[in-house]
Amino acid sequence: MKNSQVNVTKEIADDNYFYLRSCIRQNFFPGAENVFLDILKNKLGKNIIDNANHTSCTGIGYHSDIVPYETYQTMVARQFALMTEHGFRNAAVSCITSYGGYHEVLETWKEFPEEEAKARKNLKNATGRCFEIPENISHSCDIIYRFRHDIAELAKYKLINKQTGKPLRIVDHIGCHYAKIFPDKGVGGAEKNTVLSAVVEAWGGESVDYPERRHCCGFGFRHYLVKNNRSYSISNSKKKFESMEPYCPDMIVTNCPGCNMFLDKWQYALAKIEGKTYSGDKNGIPVLSSEELAALVLGYNPWDIGLQMHQVDVEPLLEKIGFDYNPDEKYLDANGNFMGKPEFIGCLD
Amino acid sequence: MRTMMQKLREDVRLKEGLNACMGCGICTAVCPAAEYFEYDPRSIVVTVQSGNEEKIRKLIESDTIWMCGQCMSCKPRCPRNNCPGLIISVLRRVSQETGAFVKSRLGRQQYLILKTIGTNILETGYCVYPASVVPETHPEQGDVWKWIYDNKEAVYERVGANLDKEGPGAMRKIGRENLDELERVFAESGGQTLFTSIVEYSRAYAKESGFVDANGQPDMEKYTDFLLNEDNDEK
Repeated sequence: MKNSQVNVTKEIADDNYFYLRSCIRQNFFPGAENVFLDILKNKLGKNIIDNANHTSCTGIGYHSDIVPYETYQTMVARQFALMTEHGFRNAAVSCITSYGGYHEVLETWKEFPEEEAKARKNLKNATGRCFEIPENISHSCDIIYRFRHDIAELAKYKLINKQTGKPLRIVDHIGCHYAKIFPDKGVGGAEKNTVLSAVVEAWGGESVDYPERRHCCGFGFRHYLVKNNRSYSISNSKKKFESMEPYCPDMIVTNCPGCNMFLDKWQYALAKIEGKTYSGDKNGIPVLSSEELAALVLGYNPWDIGLQMHQVDVEPLLEKIGFDYNPDEKYLDANGNFMGKPEFIGCLD
Repeated sequence: MRTMMQKLREDVRLKEGLNACMGCGICTAVCPAAEYFEYDPRSIVVTVQSGNEEKIRKLIESDTIWMCGQCMSCKPRCPRNNCPGLIISVLRRVSQETGAFVKSRLGRQQYLILKTIGTNILETGYCVYPASVVPETHPEQGDVWKWIYDNKEAVYERVGANLDKEGPGAMRKIGRENLDELERVFAESGGQTLFTSIVEYSRAYAKESGFVDANGQPDMEKYTDFLLNEDNDEK
């Protein structure tokens, strides 16, 4: 059996996490990171630290090749040093690119100890810092997976269509760097990943398979970063939407901040280009991260967690769940004042 | 003078990514870039494995190595645990260190990435930063992003972020001391050298291609405009 087909059960730390944020998630879905911290601290009673001194791991620069591997290793070493200084050995990672990157660096150091020595020297010379190798590196989706049954017990809502009584039909998209680089680091491995489908089922939904489930969202790093190249990115997302369409999903759940953003925004862009959606309505298929989905079943106010920042409107999904929310609060600022609203929400007029 | 193969072998990722390719082509079969471009990761691995200096030199001067999207879909499917995506990273490094990247249209785009992502990293501590996702250059981000962009302070505050402010939180201001550390890491570990290499080779290419100011110096604004509009049919 190939390693990618092994039914992986990975170790996921159960407490005392050092949180490492994601550049993309902070930009586009900052509420998802905030609510993840809140769920862990205030719903699950876990200890997780949000440290102001960590920076980008520079993974997007690394995979678009402007950041050399030696620099990337040293940047990762700096994150580990901050963890060490705070007495933490378990990383909780928000970003999938970082998650793959941290594991890549650790694997390199196992195989080539001289690389670790070089990273230690670079870090010491540049910052005076030292680090210990983390005991556990988990992605936020791993932690949600680990506590999915606890969350189900605390849940106010199930992923069930309130009108029909049937489970919501949910397709998942796993960010490539979660399990493709190191299949043993992802729950279920690369081919039969279950980290999101198990969560969906634990909360009452139906996990729906589709042929291109494993296909990349199309970020492609340099292919999205350079405007001329973005057709690569949108073409790959289109392939996924075409593959999902016959299964009529109620929503898409993702574990990767970038994928979440692309699957949300490219539906809009494709609608503008093609004049069609893949949802059977004009809105498009709502795309939520595992953090946002956990927050919804726990009954968080959707506007506190930032769901008004999605291009594809989430309100039809809230209606299906029978979620008790106030649409009039969607565009109110922190003081309750109207802050204007987008000219257009969803995909098609 | 080091050979191309020596330059490639200096990078541990070549050892990690290339064991013994049997040319089965499963990497090409699952590769999103191979579906989109005329691109074949299998043949790239075979070329590197052959050690043929001339072919490798042509490879690092070509568009081909810049077509990979770094999704690493090739990695779990290879029966021999090779990773073409990682080999590509090594080829790209050597292409940038030697200046070969300016010989290809896609390679030249590294200057654009340096100007956006590289600048973000050093100036803000983030790869992506809200103020740099300008709606006019990101029409795909849609009307909701435009609304967020136009109302950044209020929207980020509403969802509990800490945009450009001291302390922890999403999109917090990364303080000068941390940015100074980041800059020193880049200086110590070769990051700054690579930045300089990309800039200097790009400046030389700009000058050679006639993008110069009144004093005959490279005009990098004109060159940037050229890169932004350089399409598939060019040259």
